Amino acid sequence: MTDAALVIEDLSAGYGDGVVLRDLSLSIPKGQITAIIGANASGKSTLLRAMSRLLAPRTGRVLLDGHAVHSMAPRRVARRIGLLPQTPVAPEGITVLDLVSRGRHPHQGAFGRWRREDEEAVADALSITATSDLADRFVEDLSGGQRQRVWVAMALAQRTDILLLDEPTTFLDINHQVEVLDLLADLKDARGTTIVMVLHDLNLAARYGDLLIAMVTGRIARRGPPRDVLDEEMLEQVFRLRARVMADPVTGKPMMIPLGRHSQGHAIP
Amino acid sequence: MSRDRTLSSRPVGVAILIGLLILAGLLSVTFGARVTGWTEIRAGLGGDVRTVGGAAVASRVPRTALAALAGGALGLSGAVMQGITRNPLADPGILGVNAGAALAVVVTLAVGGLVPLEVYLWTAIAGAAVAAIAVYLIAGLGAGGATPLKLALAGAAITAALTSLTTAVVLPRGDIAGLVQSWLVGGVGGATWDRIAPVLPVMAFGAVISLACARKLDTLALGDETAAGMGETVWRARLVAAAGAVALCGAATAACGPIGFVGLVVPHLCRLVFGVSYRWILPTSIASGAALLVVADVAGRIVLRPAELDVGIVTAFLGAPVFIAIVRHRRVSAL
Amino acid sequence: MIASPELRAVRAEARRRRRLVLALLSTMVLGVIGLSLCVGHSFVPPGAVIAALTGAADGGEAFTIRVLRAPRAVLACLAGMCFGMGGAAFQTLLRNPLASPDIIGISAGASAAAVWCIVVLGLSGMAVSVAAVTAGLGVAALIYVLAWRGGTAGTRLILVGIGISAMLQSFIAYVLTQAPSWSLLEALRWMTGSLNAAQIDQAMPLAVALAVFGGVLFALRRDLETMRMGDDTAAGLGVAIDRVRAIVICAATALVAFATAAAGPVAFVAFLSGPIAARLAYRGGSILVPAALTGAALVLLADFAGQVLLPTRYPVGIVTGMLGAPYLVLLIVRDNRRGTSL
Repeated sequence: MTDAALVIEDLSAGYGDGVVLRDLSLSIPKGQITAIIGANASGKSTLLRAMSRLLAPRTGRVLLDGHAVHSMAPRRVARRIGLLPQTPVAPEGITVLDLVSRGRHPHQGAFGRWRREDEEAVADALSITATSDLADRFVEDLSGGQRQRVWVAMALAQRTDILLLDEPTTFLDINHQVEVLDLLADLKDARGTTIVMVLHDLNLAARYGDLLIAMVTGRIARRGPPRDVLDEEMLEQVFRLRARVMADPVTGKPMMIPLGRHSQGHAIP
Repeated sequence: MSRDRTLSSRPVGVAILIGLLILAGLLSVTFGARVTGWTEIRAGLGGDVRTVGGAAVASRVPRTALAALAGGALGLSGAVMQGITRNPLADPGILGVNAGAALAVVVTLAVGGLVPLEVYLWTAIAGAAVAAIAVYLIAGLGAGGATPLKLALAGAAITAALTSLTTAVVLPRGDIAGLVQSWLVGGVGGATWDRIAPVLPVMAFGAVISLACARKLDTLALGDETAAGMGETVWRARLVAAAGAVALCGAATAACGPIGFVGLVVPHLCRLVFGVSYRWILPTSIASGAALLVVADVAGRIVLRPAELDVGIVTAFLGAPVFIAIVRHRRVSAL
Repeated sequence: MIASPELRAVRAEARRRRRLVLALLSTMVLGVIGLSLCVGHSFVPPGAVIAALTGAADGGEAFTIRVLRAPRAVLACLAGMCFGMGGAAFQTLLRNPLASPDIIGISAGASAAAVWCIVVLGLSGMAVSVAAVTAGLGVAALIYVLAWRGGTAGTRLILVGIGISAMLQSFIAYVLTQAPSWSLLEALRWMTGSLNAAQIDQAMPLAVALAVFGGVLFALRRDLETMRMGDDTAAGLGVAIDRVRAIVICAATALVAFATAAAGPVAFVAFLSGPIAARLAYRGGSILVPAALTGAALVLLADFAGQVLLPTRYPVGIVTGMLGAPYLVLLIVRDNRRGTSL
């Protein structure tokens, strides 16, 4: 078994009176990209929120190096786990440089001075995401793709070895989706960063994920490498969707094509 | 299934509502600093004011009528505002419309002296209209349009600004300060038929317009774009309905002073009982609002007997908890 | 990897701008204090003012300066700083320029208690202050508890506050109707905020409150700034959001309540200071200190205008209140042009 970056044990969690996750156990492999897929309301984001300490578990725990994250000091967790929520809010009138610099928050004390390594982390994050040229622009003036890159840069400036992202490609054009995912893959390769993300697009999830986790009603339906998870049976079970799965001609990874009611007769060659 | 239940229970609901209204009216002429007996009520209602009890009853009749009229107007006005803004927290008090009417009345009194109600009725309506437009403009700014949060905040901010201006008008005028202050609380005590007569036509006009807009409000409830897709001219529908609502609450405010929360609470109760269609909510809001304000007035006469608590205070203390309950029981994302 | 010089240049420019704004605001506050010491019913030359303050001079003029003008200016400055900082803390925390303590019921709580004490119990001075501070904190706690549903959301907090505020306003209006006519105008004047009764012994509790609670807010300014990016992002960056929120609400409430106790709920200072400071100061950084200075300048200027510039003598709250309405209109105009969210 590979090293685990995060271990989830018997986790149950939910909002108010509702329980979303039930007795879920899982380990997230170090230095790989894990993509969580599933239908709406299957508990994907809840799982991510529980992992990132945003949501306290009812039962069970999330372990980081053997310590339960929910009982660690928030800043200590934040130096290890970075998080990009689904719809982050940029304060009005903030520049790109300032926003990215805020990723250094967990590394600074209440009266902490801005140190050389802080500046390096920020410059580094800007250059990896190709946003250095935008440094003195206002975030609200950027395009959707640029803005998402800036948010990723903020998470990078945090210099964590685990990065959790909730649908990092939502609302982006397809070219920007690929751009952001390429960036994450680079990060994994260059730094060995562990990446966990919720993705809607199954084909992109199979393309970029080393490990896929398919969720149904708060449980894990299937997990494993894309080849073992993305198949017609899983799509029927998890999404109630009839589809064809074939190897994508470029990478050989699995790719799915939905069968609507109107494709009868044409789909099968 | 639930639809069927709503339909079958509607006539029952209406019957109960009418019963409540009559009961509230009877309570209102019975209770006060002096509790009157049945013979005195009969005498008083018949115009016989020779006994103290009869006189008390006779003086309570116009008071009850004013409470019922104002309550009905505020209830209907609140229902229309909730429909126009698609906002569960809309209410003439919360949205600053009452404060606009109040400032206009205070300015009129300060400038013109003790002018008759016929005069400041119109300035009250004008003030209400200006405040309503301003709040709607401020809340509608920026992304997301007029969300409940932005409407409520804009209303509170406008109220604060208008209240400050009202004080600025009153402060140098020691002569009218007491009068204005008692009017600002909102009450129906000391009502006479002379005070009711001028506002009646305005209320009737507002009620007719508002009731005629029920279908438009049902369409607007589906969202602006859907409503436009169904052939509604959205801005015009809003404007017409708003004119009705402003006339109603302006007239009620002119006659009684600003009374909050009736317009907030009543439509919610009606929605619970009669379903989401404005063709039911609007008329039942009139009856419920009337019953609520009459009962609140009776309560205000009883709790501090022999002194009286103005009805505006009673509704605030009844209504604010309901407002908070609505806020608490909605999902935050829905706000 | 070495940080690029351009980044350092951008940062240096921001820092320079920030220092410039702080220097300008401080100069302005000192300038208005000087002005309000010299100018009043009569003009006192600066030399005589200094002589009076150092105790070198005696007589009527020195009395005017020492007993009437100096306490008033000191109190205006301190109250303005408390209002400005407390208001900006609320606006930052709740991510909404409209969500200031005078809108969401904190000031209403302090006012209700104070008016009750003045009108019904016939109290004055220290007792009124204590009641106002206690009630302000009590109302903030009530709002916090009522808005709590497994964590607080800013939206719910604001709306519950507005509901409570409406109820309290109605209560205040009722208490005022019970006031005998001779104390009605006095209560009304207190309600709008006034420095007419300023005494130097009121300044001490206010200065202590500013040092303690302002210090707490200052220490939390980074967490507060981070929370502007949304609860999830802030939590991801290691901010203990529920704890920070509770502390900030307590400290900001205390600032506003102490200032209210000293000067009455001076309308709109808490509401206006933050946005004005944000406009002046570099907008990426914390605006708490610039907002405090802006608040002081606002109260000092408004009081000076109310006393000297306007034809009728108005209490300071009327002047600031009249600034609030045009600011709201400005919000409409500006945001219609920019199309950004409030």
